[in-house]
Amino acid sequence: MHETMVAQSLIDIIMTEAVKQKATPLSAKISCGTLNPVNDEVLRFAFEAVAKGTSCEGVELHIEHKPIRARCTDCGCEFEVEFSDPACPACKIGAFKLLPDAPLIIEEISFQTD
Amino acid sequence: MKKINIEKKILSENEKFALDNIMFLAEQKKLCLNMISSPGSGKTTILVRTINDLKERIKVGVIEGDIQTDIDAERIKATGAPAVQINTEGACHLSATQIGAALKQLPMSDLDLILIENVGNLVCPSAFELGENGKVVVLSVAEGDDKPAKYPAIFAKSKALLINKIDLLEGGHVEFDMERAKSDARKLNKTIEIFPLSAKTGAGMSDWCDWLIRSVKKNRT
Repeated sequence: MHETMVAQSLIDIIMTEAVKQKATPLSAKISCGTLNPVNDEVLRFAFEAVAKGTSCEGVELHIEHKPIRARCTDCGCEFEVEFSDPACPACKIGAFKLLPDAPLIIEEISFQTD
Repeated sequence: MKKINIEKKILSENEKFALDNIMFLAEQKKLCLNMISSPGSGKTTILVRTINDLKERIKVGVIEGDIQTDIDAERIKATGAPAVQINTEGACHLSATQIGAALKQLPMSDLDLILIENVGNLVCPSAFELGENGKVVVLSVAEGDDKPAKYPAIFAKSKALLINKIDLLEGGHVEFDMERAKSDARKLNKTIEIFPLSAKTGAGMSDWCDWLIRSVKKNRT
């Protein structure tokens, strides 16, 4: 449910940028990590509700989920963590250190140009 | 159509206030821990017992987060410890602005340790930095040993894991594979400190309390 606050912050950012660009926003690209995820459906629903009647109404959200990577403490290789079976794919040992997770960011906004 | 590259953190407003809290706590040299769990894991009972067990050694202040009521803050105040209640009015997590305001209501100079009891929720609170020195996740045995595997984010981010209500394991009232819970949590977080305890009987409380004392001392230096 924290998606509502994420939606509100997104709208604030997009509207500020829209005023700067003097243009109508069309879509926004968002990305998040594995430990700070958003639920796409809930975020879209919240965004639509909060955007109603603002210049963000109708803005399309593209949401990318970035996997978290880890470094095996045994063989040193880096790999994407599968939470169902977190282990190094090379030596199959479960000892690893999680690498920093991707932050929840807005990467790009597209505007209409006449 | 034109594209603008922006690369901005979406929750940067919250992080700005979290940074203010980090600075404030560092100036005051106070340790602040953010306790996160599902509803009903026993956070408030753990807090009450912890405050009482530590009474002669350190002074604890509490920030209570709940959607409604001041029931929890009243339970804390009954121990004699200062407590500030935050009602989120529906929000599923505490935010850094709320913590900033609450810290200013606590008698900081009298305190050694500030414990935040977040809103009961194993998911959302882990996404909001409050400016705390560390997170403590609480899991009660009745919730099941599969929670570290199912809710990895909070277990990966926490400094300590309290496994509460171990008194229920006696007599087989609850099936809970302690080793599985521990090893799943450690897979994600090698340095996590794990304290199985019962806030009801007091079993295991001394290891957790000793860790708190060590952490308070370490934070001062």
